[in-house]
Amino acid sequence: MVANLQSQLNPEDEGAVQRSEQDAIALLAQGDGSGKSAIIRVRNFMAMYPTIVSVVILLLSVVACGLITGSRFFTPFNFSLIVQQVTVISVLGAAQTLVILTAGIDLSVGAIMVLCSVVMGVTAVDNGIPQGVAIVLALVAGAICGLINGFLVTSLKLPPFIATLGSWNVFFGLNLWYSGSMTIMSQDISKVAPALQFFGQAVYVGPVHLTVGTFLMFALFGALWYALNETAWGRHVHAIGDDPEAARLAGIGVEGMLLSVYFVAGVICALGGWVLIGRIGSVTPQEGLTSNLDSITAVVVGGTSLFGGRGSLLGTLVGALIVGVYRNGLALAGVDPLWQTVAVGLLIILAVTIDQWIRKITA
Amino acid sequence: MSDKDKPQPLLQARDLVKRFGRVTALDHADFDLYPGEILAMIGDNGAGKSTLIKALTGAITPDSGEIIMDGHKISFRSPKDSRAHGIETVYQTLALSPALSIADNMFLGREIRRADFFGRVLRKLNRAEMERIARKELNHLGIMTVQNIKQTVETLSGGQRQGVAIARTVAFGSRVVIMDEPTAALGVRESRAVLQVILKVKARGLPIILVSHNMPQVFEVADRIHIHRLGRRLTVIDPKAFSMADAVAMMTGALPPPESADPSSRS
Repeated sequence: MVANLQSQLNPEDEGAVQRSEQDAIALLAQGDGSGKSAIIRVRNFMAMYPTIVSVVILLLSVVACGLITGSRFFTPFNFSLIVQQVTVISVLGAAQTLVILTAGIDLSVGAIMVLCSVVMGVTAVDNGIPQGVAIVLALVAGAICGLINGFLVTSLKLPPFIATLGSWNVFFGLNLWYSGSMTIMSQDISKVAPALQFFGQAVYVGPVHLTVGTFLMFALFGALWYALNETAWGRHVHAIGDDPEAARLAGIGVEGMLLSVYFVAGVICALGGWVLIGRIGSVTPQEGLTSNLDSITAVVVGGTSLFGGRGSLLGTLVGALIVGVYRNGLALAGVDPLWQTVAVGLLIILAVTIDQWIRKITA
Repeated sequence: MSDKDKPQPLLQARDLVKRFGRVTALDHADFDLYPGEILAMIGDNGAGKSTLIKALTGAITPDSGEIIMDGHKISFRSPKDSRAHGIETVYQTLALSPALSIADNMFLGREIRRADFFGRVLRKLNRAEMERIARKELNHLGIMTVQNIKQTVETLSGGQRQGVAIARTVAFGSRVVIMDEPTAALGVRESRAVLQVILKVKARGLPIILVSHNMPQVFEVADRIHIHRLGRRLTVIDPKAFSMADAVAMMTGALPPPESADPSSRS
């Protein structure tokens, strides 16, 4: 049939087609316009590799803190401290990254984390349920919380901000009710259910004191990085955050994808609750009040766009470390904590400004 | 082409009716697309062109009437169904994901997984294969001497994006390509380039339904012109036998359709 068609074209037409074809190729091929200024190339580069900016900021922060505080900053002890401080926020940040990549936001991550740690503690210590079962129950609780968020966003079509603002309060209230606002002491947990504190166990890498939780964090980031970059699911997470209508037309089930993202985020938050018990030893219902926003800070400082579709998971790890280094360095330098908060605030504003600039890309 | 080797229509619609409340968007509309042709579809705003296209792509389900492909009656419940039959659409919005790479966009929603353990168990994508096919398709259409198939779509020009969107529709064993106003958002030079790409698609033997308001372009590339008016096919004309002014007059009702024209016949 193709041959048939070609015989229909008369010779003149063919020549004309060929000539204009060459024009077309020349026109369409001049992709990376040669006339582009250096600054636009920098911007395109940053759009392609958003994590680079964060890594540079991290390195600058380390150097700056080192210069200010001298030898006290570059000690194994201090690095151990920073890594342990950022572990819990990084885990929540991983969940938050998934949601923000879909152009959503999850204000309830901290509340889910604390609720799950409470479920773990109350069932294992107060109700005497075997510790393994208690851990599974907490993971299930996290999954249910995530599915509730996902349901609100996909079925009731609520904006994620409002949906999770509501669920944050509900989950936090449930947490206070279920725990009776009572802290479960560390000694009680280690007696009955030591597995709950598993992620707090020390691991020495040379002189650096890490915890099992830190390794879980790295493993989690590795697994999620793989899912986001090497599977169709991950490509779809990016696509629905970038342009949901385009994703729909490409045949992606946007609702199902969103539900799966909030579900996974809920389970990660439950893991975060487990890590939290390891970090602080006890189960404390009042813990983690600022974790919601801290996780968003890590994501944004890590170069992920609040408008969805672009960013990187590893950036979130870097973002959490930047905030950790900042706070640590300023504390070592004897700066009042209130100025540390101001500094983190400025960092967020800077990160979002850079993001807005990157998003202005036009060919 | 003589009568005896006149081919069967590839895609047909007969008597399609679609009502939205009291509005009759499709009023016993017919449609025929022959293998290898560029069929332009023109009509005034509100004539029902979009509704007809949506019926052909499964975006809506007609109230009555039938859609026939290769002589068999088929029904689409979603765009996925029509895609399974090889009907691909280049949307006016292009439906590309700007922050994803060219290759990722081309395979969005139908990614290729590796055949080994990683692919089957860990669902790992076969990046190399997808990039290879993407590069091949783009080269084939003369769109890319692109250095970097991993480049994000947002760094491309409007014409290049259109090219990627077209390449995506022809890359997957498609049998019919529908293009909705492919040059509406482009400048003159880029429009020319895209028209050349359309002719290349035709040269591969793929029939194209070209929905457009741009009369000079329609008359330049179309083999036949389907004129839609008041929810149905008014007539199909041969662009060589009528002027643009005639076509516009028929479209708006100022000129009656040519009596001799048999709408389903191929000129």
